[in-house]
Amino acid sequence: MNINLTLIAQLISFAVFVWFTMKFVWPPIMKALEERKAKIADGLAAAERGQHEQELAEKKAAERLHEAKQQAAEIVAKAEKRANEIVDDAKTDARTEGDRLVTAARAEIEQETNKAREVLREKVAELAVAGAEKILRKEINAAAHQDIVTALAKQI
Amino acid sequence: MAATEITSSEYIQHHLTNMTFGKLPDGSWGMAQSAAEAKAMGFWAIHLDSMFWSIGLAAIFLFFFMKAAKKASAGVPSGVVNFCEWIIEFIDTSVRGSFSHKNAMVAPLVLTVFAWVFLMNLMDLVPVDLIPRIAAEIGGLMGADPHHVYFKVVPSTDPNVTFAMALGVFILILFYSIKIKGMGGFIGELTGMPFETKNPLLKPIFMVINLVLEGVNLIAKPISLSLRLFGNMYAGEMIFILIALMYSGGVLLGTFGGALQFVWAVFHILVITLQAFIFITLTIVYLDMAHSEHH
Repeated sequence: MNINLTLIAQLISFAVFVWFTMKFVWPPIMKALEERKAKIADGLAAAERGQHEQELAEKKAAERLHEAKQQAAEIVAKAEKRANEIVDDAKTDARTEGDRLVTAARAEIEQETNKAREVLREKVAELAVAGAEKILRKEINAAAHQDIVTALAKQI
Repeated sequence: MAATEITSSEYIQHHLTNMTFGKLPDGSWGMAQSAAEAKAMGFWAIHLDSMFWSIGLAAIFLFFFMKAAKKASAGVPSGVVNFCEWIIEFIDTSVRGSFSHKNAMVAPLVLTVFAWVFLMNLMDLVPVDLIPRIAAEIGGLMGADPHHVYFKVVPSTDPNVTFAMALGVFILILFYSIKIKGMGGFIGELTGMPFETKNPLLKPIFMVINLVLEGVNLIAKPISLSLRLFGNMYAGEMIFILIALMYSGGVLLGTFGGALQFVWAVFHILVITLQAFIFITLTIVYLDMAHSEHH
């Protein structure tokens, strides 16, 4: 229970220990703790940012998908329309071609008919001339009555 | 066992005497051979056991924390670092909670006080006879009379140790009071409160009364700080010694004493931690007061 020199010695050692703690122990550990705190805060912030970005990206992706679907639908619609058009065109073309062919065939038929008629007419004229010759014999000269016979043939 | 040769009171006395180095009655320097001799040495004597354990324990504390401080980084902590960081965060929270000013000194001071007081108190859990016995054997080997080798293991049961710490805190209280408020401000705080008057005749009387009241208030801080710790640890140590006395009372009493010692030791774990915590809390509060303009 005696108070003696120990008090002074303890006081000095106490001061030295406090000084030591203040100089070498507290600051480095505190610094590490602060740094870790900052690091964790940064990490959390980065994670949040990442999440936000992901959300944005997802949104963008959804938008893109939607757009792409729309475009695809448009393209399909266009293609269908175009196909219909092509079919229609083909139909029209075919009809036109058919008409043309029919017209051409008709014209040819007419031509052939006319030709045949002409030939027939000539043949009838010849026959008429031959018949008249046979009937009239001598009196009628083929050369002299050519125009009459031709006119006759034309009337047939 | 020592108690077979000496009486119970001598046994207790033996346990409560420090290993004191000082001037012996015959004029030479050496170890005190009895409590009376230690007392007769007066102020110019030193308690070697208190010095050894307090400095040794502080060295252990500083060694571990120094190691942690070297390894500490912003990465994942492990082992010693983790433990030290846990303590430091606890101290930091305590200081932030009660100390509202900026001072880089306070937190390390509080950490030192906490760790030191805790470790010194922790020595109380070592069986009371173990280390003194070893010390007596070593003393005997070194040529001293083993019965007169005194060795107190718990430094915080030495009032010198607790007073030194409280005095250190007290010096800081005075230093920061004067530094923050100025000499005039500090004296004004001591004399201007709690009684105030505008009457010039009453003023000097009030100032004297205030000075006495505030002076007591101020002096009470280190005294209560050190005596609370000392008293608690001294009483705890005393009970351990009394329990240890039972070991010389036969098998039955000895067994009972063993059980009692265990129970008291478990309870004491709470006491030593609590005392360390109270010491730092009051230190923080006192230093906060010293930094504040008004109480």
